[in-house]
Amino acid sequence: MTKLLEWLLGVSVVVTAWGLLTFDLLDLKVPQVYREVVWPMPVYLLVVFGCYSIATVGYRVATFNDCEEAAQELQAQIKEAKLDLKKKGLKF
Amino acid sequence: MSQANKDKYSVLLPTYNERENLPLIVWLLVKYFGESGYDYEIIVIDDGSPDGTLQVAQQLQGIYGAHRVLLRPREKKLGLGTAYIHGIKHATGNFIIIMDADLSHHPKFIPEFIQKQKEGGFDVVSGTRYSGNGGVYGWDLRRKLISRGANFLTQVLLRPGASDLTGSFRLYKKEVLEQLVDRCVSKGYVFQMEMIVRARQLGYSIGEVPISFVDRVYGESKLGGNEIVSFLKGLLTLFATT
Repeated sequence: MTKLLEWLLGVSVVVTAWGLLTFDLLDLKVPQVYREVVWPMPVYLLVVFGCYSIATVGYRVATFNDCEEAAQELQAQIKEAKLDLKKKGLKF
Repeated sequence: MSQANKDKYSVLLPTYNERENLPLIVWLLVKYFGESGYDYEIIVIDDGSPDGTLQVAQQLQGIYGAHRVLLRPREKKLGLGTAYIHGIKHATGNFIIIMDADLSHHPKFIPEFIQKQKEGGFDVVSGTRYSGNGGVYGWDLRRKLISRGANFLTQVLLRPGASDLTGSFRLYKKEVLEQLVDRCVSKGYVFQMEMIVRARQLGYSIGEVPISFVDRVYGESKLGGNEIVSFLKGLLTLFATT
């Protein structure tokens, strides 16, 4: 199953469950309190996911390692390499 | 009594206009492989560089020996997937290492890749900039934001089981790489992503090693709207087809 199909399946299940509860399609006589909570859930979940995404990406950008040492080490090794290669006869 | 280690590592270096960097990357590879004692060869796949990359490669072959530096050039720029296929055909190792030749990938991590592969028997070992103490040098806030944002989107949509999908510093078992390149159809960043996604599909095991990525070309080659659009197109294609 492709990821797209997985998502469509998952979304269908959630929407069906939400529809059944909110509109009481199975005539379960669900208490009004539950229906009032379930009804705005899709929007709530989208908002929560949106906030989670922003927070996660923000955190990851803020903690993205800056490899200062790696850059310096590379510079030093480049100098060393050039000297050594010249000795070995490389014409740059 | 020590058992002779029969593993051999073939490093594929596709090059285009890397006249200045090629000697340096080869020197570093020779240094770190030499220190580690693993058997290796470096296969330079030059796509007809006009700046004389091939001539420099020939000099390097003279210095280090034709058993260490192999030249398998092509006449013009033909793309990464075919470069890998071409390189694999000539590789005598049982493992293949792919990396960039512009010094953004540092050979010092190769012994770590090898060690990781041995520890877990992994089919693929992928260098990651995003987890552990992996990281990047030379990126501004915009670039970091785009990178993390794209990676987040990829993780949500594809749930690939690897933290860095667009990275191209990896170790593969030779037969695994052959299988994957055969099946992959994308180009550019998305090609590297597709390799990992297909690897998971085929049940191959993937290990990760944090790496540092020193970007010295970012200033010259900004990540523009075009690349972002083609990345999104590629991501959605993978989403819908895998």
